[in-house]
Amino acid sequence: MPILEVSNISKSFGSTEVLKDINFDMEKGRTLALIGSSGSGKTTLLRCLNFLETPDTGVIKVNDEVLFDASDPNTNKDSEKRIKRLHFGLVFQSFNLFPQHNVLKNVTLAKELLAKERPDYKQNKKQILGEIEEQAREVLDSVGLSEKMLNYPHELSGGQQQRVAIARALVLSPDIICFDEPTSALDPELTGEVLKVIKGLAERETTMIIVTHEMQFARDVSDVVLFMDDGRIVEQGPPEEVFGNPKEERTKHFLERYFEG
Amino acid sequence: METFINVSLNLLGGFRYTVLLFAYTLLIALPLGLIISFGSMSSFKPLRWLTRTFVWIIRGTPLMLQLIIVFYAPGLIWGISAFGRMEAAIIAFGINYSCYFSEIYRGGIEAIPKGQYEAGQVLGMKKGQIFLQIILLQVIKRILAPMSNEVITLVKDTSLARIIAITELIYIGQKYITASALLWPLFYTGVFYLVSCGLLTLLFQYTERKLKYFAV
Ligand SMILES: Nc1ncnc2c1ncn2[C@@H]1O[C@H](COP(=O)(O)OP(=O)(O)OP(=O)(O)O)[C@@H](O)[C@H]1O
Ligand SMILES: [Mg+2]
Repeated sequence: MPILEVSNISKSFGSTEVLKDINFDMEKGRTLALIGSSGSGKTTLLRCLNFLETPDTGVIKVNDEVLFDASDPNTNKDSEKRIKRLHFGLVFQSFNLFPQHNVLKNVTLAKELLAKERPDYKQNKKQILGEIEEQAREVLDSVGLSEKMLNYPHELSGGQQQRVAIARALVLSPDIICFDEPTSALDPELTGEVLKVIKGLAERETTMIIVTHEMQFARDVSDVVLFMDDGRIVEQGPPEEVFGNPKEERTKHFLERYFEG
Repeated sequence: METFINVSLNLLGGFRYTVLLFAYTLLIALPLGLIISFGSMSSFKPLRWLTRTFVWIIRGTPLMLQLIIVFYAPGLIWGISAFGRMEAAIIAFGINYSCYFSEIYRGGIEAIPKGQYEAGQVLGMKKGQIFLQIILLQVIKRILAPMSNEVITLVKDTSLARIIAITELIYIGQKYITASALLWPLFYTGVFYLVSCGLLTLLFQYTERKLKYFAV
């Protein structure tokens, strides 16, 4: 059974149709690379999955549970969106760390706030917070930032900031973690450390959707590649096929342009 | 003959009202300004329009006029004196400064990148949590300089309240000219304002230093 099933998603902003009948699914533990030219709708698709945009049509299922169905208003209540989002994590291109909180707090904050909703929070407060901090330390260690826990975001390099953002998403253990061009705001010499962390996650079978313009990386890290153009998924398949032997003209065109430029 | 001590004590009596008016105005305007700023940013158009019109009227007319209206209008219109002098002054100042603060808040809030809200949202935070835990302190840091300007202006603006016969500092100082033909007590009031504003400046500098630890 696929962990994620996306069917018939479409989305317009005013009269521009940005997503046109998007269909795909993915298996648990896989890494999906989402590629395509600028403006093809990649970010919008990730934002729909994370409930930052509401699709006009379509269904999103995770583990066979319908999280969103455009034709069923019951699945579209603001009050429930907040919890449904937790199936997904999102790492932004621009990190969006919380500047007034140190690295550790950036990672623990959301989890601490969620813990407050637990019925046993009052009795076991100390223990719960202790566990959260412990988990945060582990995750930060896994992205190589145990030395920086008490630093503030502005004291870190872009690559370090993005690794904090990854840790912040990971600590909530989402089913699927989405990356929107995680390295494109970074200086070229800093992209490597972030890509390495993501590769490590792929090796540990984290379910991931990665929007990227780094084709070599997409090819190395992914199990499935989706190529989007003009709001549609034009081609999908294993990386060897999409990169090595693309079937669609538009895919060929895109890759040619990329590898020439 | 008025001794220096005597004058000082009398002026201190007036200064008490200055401080009271200052403190009550802040007490009202700091939170009310935030509520007004939410109104002026509301996605519900009629509310936004109404709030912005209100802010325009309050900021577009002299505070002195507003003082007079709040104090005298109820009597002229309904034949009742709704408020005492001090209450009227506090209401007029409170509303006036709320509107100024609301625009400062709005500027501060609108300057926070959308990504900060979205980062909180995708981490499952509630709206209120996002505002209190993420947005608020960043806004405070951003608005500290314009707020310090307004607050210091308020110290001196309190002297407008003499128009409805509040016996604040300048009122007392002026009394000496008519009652005892002495000019220096009025000049002396300046010292009280200077010291107050000096202390407030230090307080704002201290807060600014406290918030230096992060960058927005
Ligand atoms: N909030 C919005 N309002 C109006 N149009 C939007 C909005 N968000 C995105 N669009 C439009 O939707 C289209 C797809 O945008 P999107 O950001 O999803 O593309 P993308 O594939 O992520 O591109 P890039 O590679 O440049 O990041 C673009 O034409 C964009 O202008
Ligand atoms: Mg994009």
